[in-house]
Amino acid sequence: MMWVGAGLFLLVAVTGFGVVRTRDVTSQVIALSFYGMLMALVFFFFQAPDVALSQITVGAIALPLMVMLAISRLKYRTAAQRNRGERDA
Amino acid sequence: MREAVRTRLFFIFGGIFFLLFCYAAVDLPPWGSYRGPYGDVIARVGVYERHATDAVNAVNYDYRAFDTLGEEFILFAAVLGVMMLLRREEGASTHDVGRVVDKLHLSTTVRAIAMLAILVTVVFGFYIGLHGQLTPGGGFQAGVILASVPFLLYVCENTESFRRITSHSAVEVMEALGAGSYALIGLSPLIIGAPFLTNFLPLGKTGDVFSSGTIALISACIGLEVTAAFLLVGYTYLEEIITGEIPEE
Repeated sequence: MMWVGAGLFLLVAVTGFGVVRTRDVTSQVIALSFYGMLMALVFFFFQAPDVALSQITVGAIALPLMVMLAISRLKYRTAAQRNRGERDA
Repeated sequence: MREAVRTRLFFIFGGIFFLLFCYAAVDLPPWGSYRGPYGDVIARVGVYERHATDAVNAVNYDYRAFDTLGEEFILFAAVLGVMMLLRREEGASTHDVGRVVDKLHLSTTVRAIAMLAILVTVVFGFYIGLHGQLTPGGGFQAGVILASVPFLLYVCENTESFRRITSHSAVEVMEALGAGSYALIGLSPLIIGAPFLTNFLPLGKTGDVFSSGTIALISACIGLEVTAAFLLVGYTYLEEIITGEIPEE
């Protein structure tokens, strides 16, 4: 059983490195969501189902959702302003 | 700072961190051991004293309910902060850049499956929220799950249905009600002279949905508050996209 835990930790480390190395913000959010799911798996393995459930809801749903919403808001504002500039010109 | 200097600095401080980390890890307790007395005490008396089979929520919503009250108001204040920062000023001139028209009409199959997913999510959210005192879960998790339903609708239906659900002032009332009633539940034992946040309700039969007194009630309040909080933040973020109006500079 100890090796399963060690393997999970290794996966978390690799995924964390992947999240940091992903440069495109949108793909980074997806990677972050995957990282959250993996952390939930770690918590579940170490017999903390309550924390695992919180981790799934926050790490895999809420946090990526908030970042995505912020990105879409910024993109929309930029696109709207650009369109307006073209209309004025 | 030059790239080479930065890399060298990283390796110096990374090395120091690694040494300190190893030093800290040497004396860790062995795999799976637990040294503190409180967890064992709670695990022994929790079910007997509070009729809650999930010791974690017995701690969160009863033994250390005061901490959770603080956490709840952290979320409340954070949501207020986001709404205040992104608020639209009264009477500020806006210009219409055109609503986002949902050109992407998903196929009927996808929409039907999405409806099914929404149904399952709603049921699962309520299950998690109402069984917090029995199984892992509780109000917070239920709130996030329930709040994800309108976003599912936003992704697979259109912005209009999202707006119809989340733009009501009822969401704000829900938010205030959820946060306030936790404090009220905490205050009500003071009337009969018991300490703040005493579990004053009948505890019921262990294993029932309506058991464990205030634990289930507080869990439900938090569920309400968290659902409203995430909906409010989501709507505030998406307001410009949904209404298609951005403020003049």
